[in-house]
Amino acid sequence: MTRYLLQRIGFMLITLFIIVTATFFLMQLLPGTPFTNPEKLTDSQLAILNAKYGLDQPVAMQYIQYIGNLLQGDLGYSFQHEGRTVTSMISDRIGPSAFIGLQALVFGAVVGLLLGIVSALKHNSILDYGSVTLAVLGMSIPSFVFAALLQYYVGVKLGWLPVALWEGYSSTLLPSIALSVTVTATVARFIRSEMLEVIGQDYIITARAKGLKENQVMVKHVIRNALIPVVTMLGPLAVSIMTGTLVIEKIFAVPGLGEQFTLSILVLDYSVIMGITIFYSALFIFVVFVVDIIYSLLDPRINYKGGAA
Amino acid sequence: MTKNTPNLPPHQDLQVQNQYAYDEIPSDLFVKAPLDQRKSEEIGTPAVSFWKEAFQRLIKNKGAMISLILLVFLIVLALIGPGMNEFSYREQNLAHSNLPPKIEGLEWMGFNGANSQGVDQYAERDVQINYWFGTDEFGRDLWTRVWRGTQISLFIALVAAALDLVIGVIYGGISSFYGGRIDNVMQRIIEILMGIPNLIVIILFILVLEPGITSIILAMVITGWVGMARVVRGQVLQLKGQEFVLASRTLGASNPRLISKHLLPNVMGPIIVTVMFTIPTAIFFEAFLSFIGLGLQAPLASLGVLIEDGYKSMRYFPYKLIFPALVISIIMISFNLLGDGLRDALDPKMRK
Repeated sequence: MTRYLLQRIGFMLITLFIIVTATFFLMQLLPGTPFTNPEKLTDSQLAILNAKYGLDQPVAMQYIQYIGNLLQGDLGYSFQHEGRTVTSMISDRIGPSAFIGLQALVFGAVVGLLLGIVSALKHNSILDYGSVTLAVLGMSIPSFVFAALLQYYVGVKLGWLPVALWEGYSSTLLPSIALSVTVTATVARFIRSEMLEVIGQDYIITARAKGLKENQVMVKHVIRNALIPVVTMLGPLAVSIMTGTLVIEKIFAVPGLGEQFTLSILVLDYSVIMGITIFYSALFIFVVFVVDIIYSLLDPRINYKGGAA
Repeated sequence: MTKNTPNLPPHQDLQVQNQYAYDEIPSDLFVKAPLDQRKSEEIGTPAVSFWKEAFQRLIKNKGAMISLILLVFLIVLALIGPGMNEFSYREQNLAHSNLPPKIEGLEWMGFNGANSQGVDQYAERDVQINYWFGTDEFGRDLWTRVWRGTQISLFIALVAAALDLVIGVIYGGISSFYGGRIDNVMQRIIEILMGIPNLIVIILFILVLEPGITSIILAMVITGWVGMARVVRGQVLQLKGQEFVLASRTLGASNPRLISKHLLPNVMGPIIVTVMFTIPTAIFFEAFLSFIGLGLQAPLASLGVLIEDGYKSMRYFPYKLIFPALVISIIMISFNLLGDGLRDALDPKMRK
């Protein structure tokens, strides 16, 4: 296990290094300059600005400097917002994103589990077909289409919840619901098929044969065992939520990281794009890593004996 | 017991004891069926090939069949739709801007040309022609634009899926077939690629390449082929060790023959299923990119661009959002259902 852990951590670092390098050099290829209205600046002003942000040095030097700063947790300064460090921008923005993201995860997991369990228990009934249909709709309809429709019907037409405003708890509901749809659908589908598979296992026949009540068989044996693989879904789900926040924060005007990212793309704020990219990637890699570890702890059948996974 | 019925052979004795009325059928009436050793090996019904069987299973799947019909319908509309009226997707007519949808005879379904206040815009602004899906703020016909956009979205998705297919099959095939060190190196590369969130890569590439159909396709393919490569590799690794491959190898089959005759046909099923799920993913990413402003440039339209335009004015002109949103949703649902159906049909073991 220790060897496996070390190997995984090594791989995480290599992946992260490649991402940082690739992002850095891709940024160099970008068209446009990072300054607003560069034509209004005189040559000497441009030179001063370039010197200030280190843009006058050769690319290799910039790269080494960037890596050095990165190791100290310094992602550099924003090109668009005077005097703001990228690190501070990320830490200011992460709160709302994390809140609606986690809330969506909880909504999605709870509703998805309920739907999945009901449809597996009542296999081939109307309830089952209903929740399978819901799951297919949730998986297929793009989250931003759903979010836009939700905003129009619930926010504008019915006026039940704030349309696009970040104030108070009620404003977090629509974005969280819009984000949770994919999670709900994925979890429901997954838990349903897992449960149906577990129900067919020999140990369920044993449990029934030894006279356990159907409730006990379902709760203690089927649902418990079917829940374990759901942990593996956390990685992809975290990704889908991260992807979702990019558009959903834009739609509902949530002052989160996703909105900052889309904004920075439009104004070509290189250092912020780079910083958020690296932050997202690191988060993603870390989540996948943690999920793998949790999974191996939960399911004793999985044993990483040092070899490549 | 035998003592009571001594004249009967033991097996009939049992039947008598069970009180069956076999007394009137004497044992000499029983005739043995001729047993021909060769006949037992004969196959009674004509052999059904794997593909035919899979096709029959697919036809029985209602969801998949309805999806298939819907998809064919949408594809046909996407191809002929833009030519069904006199407008082009780029032609602007500011006098006819923001007209709600109106179709002769379908007024009761909401296609009555009335705006959100219920005033018939066509009568008020004295417009003689009907715009079936309405017009956008430049007076461009949305019917033409929606189908033209569907065309472009489908084109992007199909090309991206095809490229994923080619690269993935070649990469996964080489990696698993040759194995050993090659496989090791190739797998490490895949592991690193898998570690990078693909949306981030796609966004970065679009930023570098400038938005456009080609750059969207390229950006999606850069990370998209990995899934296909993994599927192919897993399948080939599983097949490679099986007896029929060994047998063929023993008989002296060359590598190309092994690959084309034995491995590829057996991997076809999972490949088709993966492609069916790649297409909706590609449509989603294209729409997603357009929605965050990295999509196609005007006047070109894809479904994503139309949704983004519609979203901006959804408060006053909801019809601009609803039609492209409906089309993209139907396409995504249909492809997903068809993919599910194909997976069940091609791999009955996976059926749940």
